[in-house]
Amino acid sequence: MPIPDTSEQSGTISAMTQAVQVSGLRKTYTTKKVTTAAVDGVDLSINTGEIFALLGPNGAGKSTTVEILEGYRHRDAGEVSVLGEDPQTAGTRWRERIGIVLQNTKDLSLLTVRESLRTFSYYYPNARGADELMELVGLSGKADAKLTALSGGQRRRMDVALGIIGRPELLFLDEPTTGFDPEARRQFWDLIRQLRADGTTILLTTHYLDEAEALADRVGVINAGKVIEVNTPDRLGGRHGAEATVRYRDPSGELVSIGTNTPTETVRELMQRFDNAEIPELTVARPSLEDVYLKMIGVPAA
Amino acid sequence: MSSTSQTNTSVRAGSGRRISLAAMCRARAVAEIKAFLRQKESVVFTLAFPVIMLVLFGTIFGSNKADGGINFATYFVPGMIGAGILASSFQTLAIQIPIERDDGLLKRLRGTPMPKAAYFIGKVAMVLFVMLLEIILLTVVGMIMFGLKLPVDANHWLVLIALVLLGTTTLTLLGIAFSSLPRTGSSAPALVTPIALVLQFISGVFFPFYQLPTWLQEVAAIFPLKWLTQGLRYAFLPDAAKGNEPAGAWELGKVFGMLGLWAVIGMVLCLLTFRWRSSNDG
Ligand SMILES: Nc1ncnc2c1ncn2[C@@H]1O[C@H](COP(=O)(O)OP(=O)(O)O)[C@@H](O)[C@H]1O
Ligand SMILES: [Mg+2]
Repeated sequence: MPIPDTSEQSGTISAMTQAVQVSGLRKTYTTKKVTTAAVDGVDLSINTGEIFALLGPNGAGKSTTVEILEGYRHRDAGEVSVLGEDPQTAGTRWRERIGIVLQNTKDLSLLTVRESLRTFSYYYPNARGADELMELVGLSGKADAKLTALSGGQRRRMDVALGIIGRPELLFLDEPTTGFDPEARRQFWDLIRQLRADGTTILLTTHYLDEAEALADRVGVINAGKVIEVNTPDRLGGRHGAEATVRYRDPSGELVSIGTNTPTETVRELMQRFDNAEIPELTVARPSLEDVYLKMIGVPAA
Repeated sequence: MSSTSQTNTSVRAGSGRRISLAAMCRARAVAEIKAFLRQKESVVFTLAFPVIMLVLFGTIFGSNKADGGINFATYFVPGMIGAGILASSFQTLAIQIPIERDDGLLKRLRGTPMPKAAYFIGKVAMVLFVMLLEIILLTVVGMIMFGLKLPVDANHWLVLIALVLLGTTTLTLLGIAFSSLPRTGSSAPALVTPIALVLQFISGVFFPFYQLPTWLQEVAAIFPLKWLTQGLRYAFLPDAAKGNEPAGAWELGKVFGMLGLWAVIGMVLCLLTFRWRSSNDG
């Protein structure tokens, strides 16, 4: 086709609209002289303004990937660009534009919520105020509580508050809702959606499917250091086009499953067979996100 | 979730007024001092322990006479002030920083735009605060119980102030350098405390320096604490007490020279060895 070569141009354009670009990322750890690849050739690109979820089981390489993007860990190979800079060499100005919520934290135990927020507000130009932050994350009643006196979920909210204190353009959240009760988790999801509405790009890791499904514009499934698929939650694993399963109990008492691409047709035939009477225990189901996820990471479905 | 957040979030990161390094350091200093005062163990061990030791040793050996018309109790006070400076700088930092490396504070700070210097300046402010409190406490107890007199003239005061500043600088740098040695936060006290104790025993804190065998005096002379206590004795004791020093003189040049040398060594070690990450952190 006589289309002019625009690869160079589109390269610059995509660099501007992509908050994170990763290609061929590799990181190995050596413990007791055994070297294993925790991240083994990961390619990712995260658009400005989207919520991207990195979904995978424990040990998949989520934290390693995210901490390389945050500038904490050094990669063994690959290209990484975060807000247009290489995290390994990026400086203070770059740090002002990102927010980090680490997976495990147990520091700051001797200060109160308000004291910690106030101290950290000095590190950022134009930081959010302590009161605004406490309200955003739902810690308003805990202003004068020491961090040791907070529950696990409350501590986690504090981490989130410190992550967004500098009004980041790009926010990293490494398993942010661990320890949250269902209500706190809903509130947290609302906060994340609000941050996106304000234009924040968010990279979130999680091993909760419902979290990825509820929040993410796009999901990258990672297992054993490799990204298996990147897609919107409803299209993951070919879910939208996958065979549906029609189930019912036939007159002999046996439960019958029919895999089909035309479930409506199948049901019509069944209705004729049952003379338009109720079809016993009829269900029509598409594979759930859990089904396709478990299949992707190699766990046989139950 | 709230209306205030909606109105404020349109302001982007990095767009606001920059905060001065001085303001950041002040914020860190306040946080450090508050945290120190809330840690009961550190208050007891760092602040109260040297005072308790002074009272004990002063009372037990107090009436024995040393050279220069003073008794042991008076002789002990400057040494104990030296130990107080060691406790509030070297020991505090060499124990605290590994804990903060382990519990993730260093990692969290490194993820913010805070300049690394602000962390160290905050630590130095805390050390100065604790050390001043300590020196005042020990001096007052020394004066009330053991006949200690304040420095006699401007010269002695000047030496005292210079010594305290240089000694604190040296021991702070060495404390920061040492903090990279313990593999975990919980192993730090077990590593630091014996070293501090041995140094104190051989540097004229718990024993009169002149009672040590010569070879031990020579070992102690390698390390900074012996020189610090010697200088402090010059500042607080009558001139005739110089007969208690091994050289029969105060050797102020050597005192400042050795402390300065150790400050340089500490600085180089800090720059070469300081770790922001714990050993198991990728
Ligand atoms: N600092 C480390 N040293 C050695 N191995 C590590 C280190 N960090 C992670 N790993 C290993 O790398 C793999 C990926 O870990 P991680 O990135 O933490 O996964 P996830 O966050 O998805 O649970 C795991 O097998 C883990 O044991
Ligand atoms: Mg992880």
